[in-house]
Amino acid sequence: MTVKEEGRQQIDPNTLTVVPLRHPWRLTAVVLVVVGVLLIVRSAIFNPNFQWPVVATYLFNPLIMNGLGQTISLTFIVMVLAIVGGTIAALMMLSPSKLLSIPAMAFVWLFRGTPALVQLILWYNLSLVIKNFSLWIPGYGTVFSVSTNDVMTPMVAAVVALSLHESGYMAEIVRGGLKSVNRGQGEAAACLGMSPGLSLRRIILPQAMRMIIPPTGNETINLLKTTSLVSIIAVGDLLYSAQSIYARTFETMPLLLVVTFWYLAVVSVMSVAQYYLERYYSRDETRHQGGALALVWKNVFRFRKNEVVA
Amino acid sequence: MNTVATHHSRFGVAPTTMVYAAGIRKSYGNLQVLKGVDLTVPVGSVACIIGPSGSGKSTFLRCINHLEEINGGLLLVDGDFVGYRLEDNKLHELPPSAICKRRAEIGMVFQQFNLFPHLTVLENLIEAPIRVRKEPAAKATAKAMALLDRVGLADKRHAFPKQLSGGQQQRVAIARALAMSPKVLLFDEPTSALDPELVGEVLEVMKDLAKEGITMIVVTHEIGFAREVADQLIFMDGGIVVESGDPRKMIASPKSPRTKEFLARVL
Ligand SMILES: Nc1ncnc2c1ncn2[C@@H]1O[C@H](COP(=O)(O)OP(=O)(O)OP(=O)(O)O)[C@@H](O)[C@H]1O
Ligand SMILES: [Mg+2]
Repeated sequence: MTVKEEGRQQIDPNTLTVVPLRHPWRLTAVVLVVVGVLLIVRSAIFNPNFQWPVVATYLFNPLIMNGLGQTISLTFIVMVLAIVGGTIAALMMLSPSKLLSIPAMAFVWLFRGTPALVQLILWYNLSLVIKNFSLWIPGYGTVFSVSTNDVMTPMVAAVVALSLHESGYMAEIVRGGLKSVNRGQGEAAACLGMSPGLSLRRIILPQAMRMIIPPTGNETINLLKTTSLVSIIAVGDLLYSAQSIYARTFETMPLLLVVTFWYLAVVSVMSVAQYYLERYYSRDETRHQGGALALVWKNVFRFRKNEVVA
Repeated sequence: MNTVATHHSRFGVAPTTMVYAAGIRKSYGNLQVLKGVDLTVPVGSVACIIGPSGSGKSTFLRCINHLEEINGGLLLVDGDFVGYRLEDNKLHELPPSAICKRRAEIGMVFQQFNLFPHLTVLENLIEAPIRVRKEPAAKATAKAMALLDRVGLADKRHAFPKQLSGGQQQRVAIARALAMSPKVLLFDEPTSALDPELVGEVLEVMKDLAKEGITMIVVTHEIGFAREVADQLIFMDGGIVVESGDPRKMIASPKSPRTKEFLARVL
């Protein structure tokens, strides 16, 4: 069509520019949030009851350090046991044999369905119902026997209770990951002569990992915080150490701030570790830009994806 | 080289037979999918299986490498059972490790490629030779590179599967199967998941393999390929082999009315 309509302007497409839509309300909200945060921070800093100098003196207190160590090692031990236990339970749940899958499902139902705190107290008080652990072989006699009170120290009760509880969650996570791997992968591995074990280790699990790692990272972070429950049965974790100090000195607030600081610090380190793990297990995806810190930075100051605020 | 006593003579099977199937039956619950399938594939020959959907072609192929257990019949690959051991006139089920060893000699190429997405192209090819056959890494890599060269994808060795086109993925899958130096290659509709313009490159690779004398059993809807490459054409319907023979003769003048009807639909 060569007919030129009347009244239509001649436009050079090369000079066209886009005027972005302004977002006045978003700007207002940002200002309100910034002012609010500043006010809270200011009152926290200048309120003498927070006793910031006391916080500073206790930050690296040996008792606190010891408690932090207990909390981290408890989290680590429980998570390792839970990953092993959860993987076994998941493999059993996926087994075609009902004799394996039903007990595994019952295990998950039982330990995931009861609160961690209740299990903790239950295991700690096991000696009330079971006095002794003994192994007895007919015709040979008692091989060994120990009193429950000697075995069920607070730390053992904590490890047993929390790893069983956590295994229940891990089993579901691992099962979901394994099921997300296409059936054809196992068949292709089998056709290449791989044994079921080899195929699981080299083909299925590495692919399942991508589904398993993110929720496992969240679980570990959750677990770190859940371990504070063990202070109830007198395991000397971070919270218990702080409590034992402020029970004497009545510096409750500063010590709880110390505890908060350390939990946040460990969680932050774990988040960065999780980022690198996730990146490793998705190496066939498009590579991420920049390092973990750049990503945290970007996430912290991102108002909306791919868009600078008005 | 083959130290396993074969049952060629015992069952009256010619020693030049790679795959021998007689009266293969297979059911899923009450559904009988294979109702006595007979097939003989000589060493170095190409057999193409055609037939309507649901006729049991895939099931039969999966029985050959024991991905599915058969419920009856005699199935020998290179003169021996795949999932069993014959002793005292009884078939004893083999342990998984022994089945794996036998399966490694039977390559399979899937409709959906089934490449390992977390491994690069090269890693896909060397994984089984190194882990299953315990080949040294250098030797496995050299062989893999030669195979990639053969399917025209040597420059993609460090790519991940999802960075390749469907046709390229299927060529890698063929190379991966060849990396185990199988005695026979099974193809289950290798071009059915491909865009039409990518079918040709995969068929070219398969034609080359046929020329080199690799024994192949190919389930396909590509009648043109079957006519050109196959030594025998097998038409399956309703869980049995309805008709088999020379592909050109069979396509030109099918004996059974069912074959005639099917060919009329797909040609
Ligand atoms: N694992 C299974 N469990 C139950 N039924 C199955 C299973 N696998 C296949 N079948 C049934 O067996 C029949 C034959 O299936 P098969 O996949 O062998 O057919 P096909 O000839 O390969 O068909 P297509 O051309 O669609 O691939 C179908 O009716 C199918 O529903
Ligand atoms: Mg099929």
